Amino acid sequence: MATDTLSNHDAHAHDGHEHHDASAMKVFGFWIYLMSDLVIFGTLFATFGVLATATAGGPTGKELFELPFVLVETFLLLISSFTFGMAALAQNAGDRGAVLKWLAVTFLLGFGFVAMEVYEFHHLIVEGAGPDRSAFLSAFFTLVGTHGLHVTFGLIWIAIMFIQISKRGLDSVTKPRMLCLSLFWHFLDIVWICVFSFVYLFGAM
Amino acid sequence: MFGKLSLDSIPYHEPIIMVTAAVIGIVGALVVGLVTYYRKWGYLWREWITSIDHKKLGIMYFLVALVMMVRGFADAIMMRTQQAIAAGGAEGYLPPHHYDQIFTAHGVIMIFFVAMPMVIGLMNLVVPLQIGARDVAFPFMNNLSFWLTAAGVVLVNISLVVGEFAKTGWLAYAPLSELQYSPDVGVDYWIWALQISGIGTTLTGINFFVTIMKMRTKGMTLFRMPIFTWTALCANVLIILAFPVLTVTIALLTLDRYLGMNFFTNDMGGSQMMYVNLIWIWGHPEVYILILPAFGVFSEVIATFTKKRLFGYKTMVWATAAITVLSFIVWLHHFFTMGAGANVNAFFGIMTMIIAVPTGVKIFNWLFTMYRGRIQFTSPVLWTIGFIITFTLGGMTGVMLAVPGANFVLHNSLFVIAHFHNVIIGGVVFGMLAGLTYWFPKAFGFTLNEKWGKRSFWCWLVGFYLAFMPLYALSFFGAMRRMQSYEQAEWQPLMIVAWVGAVIIALGIACLVIQLVVSVRDREKNRDLTGDPWDARTLEWATSSPPPKYNFAFLPAVDSIDSFWEMKQQPGGFKRELATKFEDIHMPKNTTEGPIIGVISIVFGFALIWHIWWLVGVSAIGIFATYMFRIFNDDIDYHVHADEVERTEREYHKRLEMQA
Amino acid sequence: MSDIHTSHDGASHGSYKSYIIGLVLSIVLTLIAFGVVMTGSFSVPVMMVTIVVTAVAQVLVQLILFMHLNTKAEGGWNVISFVFTIGILVMIVVGSLWIMHNIHVNMMLGG
Repeated sequence: MATDTLSNHDAHAHDGHEHHDASAMKVFGFWIYLMSDLVIFGTLFATFGVLATATAGGPTGKELFELPFVLVETFLLLISSFTFGMAALAQNAGDRGAVLKWLAVTFLLGFGFVAMEVYEFHHLIVEGAGPDRSAFLSAFFTLVGTHGLHVTFGLIWIAIMFIQISKRGLDSVTKPRMLCLSLFWHFLDIVWICVFSFVYLFGAM
Repeated sequence: MFGKLSLDSIPYHEPIIMVTAAVIGIVGALVVGLVTYYRKWGYLWREWITSIDHKKLGIMYFLVALVMMVRGFADAIMMRTQQAIAAGGAEGYLPPHHYDQIFTAHGVIMIFFVAMPMVIGLMNLVVPLQIGARDVAFPFMNNLSFWLTAAGVVLVNISLVVGEFAKTGWLAYAPLSELQYSPDVGVDYWIWALQISGIGTTLTGINFFVTIMKMRTKGMTLFRMPIFTWTALCANVLIILAFPVLTVTIALLTLDRYLGMNFFTNDMGGSQMMYVNLIWIWGHPEVYILILPAFGVFSEVIATFTKKRLFGYKTMVWATAAITVLSFIVWLHHFFTMGAGANVNAFFGIMTMIIAVPTGVKIFNWLFTMYRGRIQFTSPVLWTIGFIITFTLGGMTGVMLAVPGANFVLHNSLFVIAHFHNVIIGGVVFGMLAGLTYWFPKAFGFTLNEKWGKRSFWCWLVGFYLAFMPLYALSFFGAMRRMQSYEQAEWQPLMIVAWVGAVIIALGIACLVIQLVVSVRDREKNRDLTGDPWDARTLEWATSSPPPKYNFAFLPAVDSIDSFWEMKQQPGGFKRELATKFEDIHMPKNTTEGPIIGVISIVFGFALIWHIWWLVGVSAIGIFATYMFRIFNDDIDYHVHADEVERTEREYHKRLEMQA
Repeated sequence: MSDIHTSHDGASHGSYKSYIIGLVLSIVLTLIAFGVVMTGSFSVPVMMVTIVVTAVAQVLVQLILFMHLNTKAEGGWNVISFVFTIGILVMIVVGSLWIMHNIHVNMMLGG
């Protein structure tokens, strides 16, 4: 009976499960991190919502936002979500070359997105609609910029995974990291969906 | 080259600060000298600084908290002294700009660098043992979290000597904390100390949430978890969801101050009231992050020392869960007077009153557990009884504050100060000191001296009531919080009573220190050889004290609440038998990256505070490079060999036999 | 869906089919959302409802078809933690907007 479960061999978790457990735990932990990141964006959205009309006599969203430009940005990011999915499928198939190829494509699409955003920000600042112009613009730059910063980190992460996978292949270290990265990348898409819907489209109405 | 930093930033002309700095310098030099003399640097580095052992990290958190408690308390007694003499036109001995820094530092230190490290330290020490795990989910991250917290601590203490600390109150309300009104570096110290340690706290939250969800031993379903683990779980949920709000709020203030944005400024559409709104969305859950684990401690203590199963385990769990959710919808009660109007105030007033209900459920659970129990009046039990009475009082003044009409009278008065010290000292501090006494033998292998523990308790209890009951009374005469001096000479007698209370609390702290010294001196007499000094109920007592680094040679299996107690109740009692065959145990290796990132974070924060931009860049690259080193490092784990496990277990069994 | 299975490392993977469906859906939903605003021929309430509906649909597409969120992996805790977080966020966002709106009205700050 249970008199002596503390020194009972059967109660011991066998080593064979350890790798799978550790990997699942990493992915779960990363998911929980994403939840806290979600709160970061939620708080920024709340701030933007409160300050959206506080233009202080400066330009409004309707005057500033160029929807065709945003649509292109959106497509870059949406398609990159798909190409990352292709990388994930290649990983399942154990095809290292294909993983690297799709990672590279994803990187380029993400890079294009960040470049467009940097251009947009630069353009706005030059026009006198910088983040210091009004509370609305502070909130706009911060919300969109925080997303852009996340995408930039995602790009760095993709680059690191590219190096690691080409060096060591798909193993118990790189596989869970790829899973986390894919969650991160799709998560950024979700945030962007909310950004273009509630910042750009609502603002341009 | 050095940004805003120059030699003038050091306040030579302030004798109090210079003397303090000198004392810190001498004590620091003494410690460094002793460590060098006894050649303990290698030991410190190997066994503590780079350790990923959750038990050692727990001890280090507690050590930081106790040291910072002395600093925070020094601030407290300076304030009480100032208010005891600065009556009727007298100016006292602290000029306003210094007094303002002191009350800000007191609040920040006590909440962020005393209460939080104590709670997190206790979670570190206890939770993995209670759930029958060998470590936490992410051991490296656990070490990193500690060092980020320590970085915050160091930054706050640097502000004492280099530059100044914020003069804004502990939450740095905008627009006072904006560049326009606080152009000095004080608020920047506040920003970066909290931002860096806050990231550490968020990582801890994720780490322990995953640990509890994924690493429970065989048979330990959620509803068989010890109550302390339950409260830790809920506190971690709160950390994960609330601390990002703090991160954002501080980041927005940072953008205002560093990049000229207009979130909370007076002009250009900024909204100071949004700052207050945001900071309290974090602030209210924060107080439950502190108090829930304290509730957990009391539950363990009361069940152990009445030798009864906790009354209403399930209601306790559900009450904890209810508080977790409700704590997110009461935040407006911190600013009823800001003008949101009757509907909003009514909603949040009612929600606040509702949150008192699950707390009340808990009080009754503890009372019913004691009812007809065989209570042993040890010092943890005294802290618990002191808590039940004090916290109930504090809770009731909280409900009074929750009535918007009453709140308009009491807002920003000493009533608020008395209320939250009533719940934080009576709840969190008493809880953490009870937890310290209760789990100390588990951490160090010997029990704490009871006589000095009880003396400390009585000093704290009497001191608390003397220090804070007068403040309730003073608030009805119109005394506000944060007064450097006041005209009304008739307030002075009560202020002096409060000062006496603070002095008695100082005696309580002195008793704690003496208790530690005496206990270490008498450690051989008070050895805990069995690992179960209190005849307790949960799994942490089923292993030796202190536990081996792998906690359990074989992971225990569990089939009930209080499973260790149930094992002991079986006919013939519980016998630890030595296994015949041992297995290798897979463990994480120590980390050098954690402390290195911590140290570079201090440089990073310091450089940002003083606008030393090149150093910001260098240290940021340093942090990134160190992290990359970690990412590309495969040498992160090892196996404790079966022979070593066997040797350790045999020694433990020899001790057990000697005891029998 | 038989296309989605849960693997041993705790996460589930999709198939070409699910990714392609996801891509097509997200492109279509995006075009609808931008379309209602850019054509300028709809009333504000219609635009708002359309944007909100397509945004929610797109988020679900990402969650289900790209991230493979389902109630089977991790004993459902992925989904529970997500729903809980969203619940808390709704309280935070709606609460903030409600509070700040009332404050602005009462304190006559415009906006």
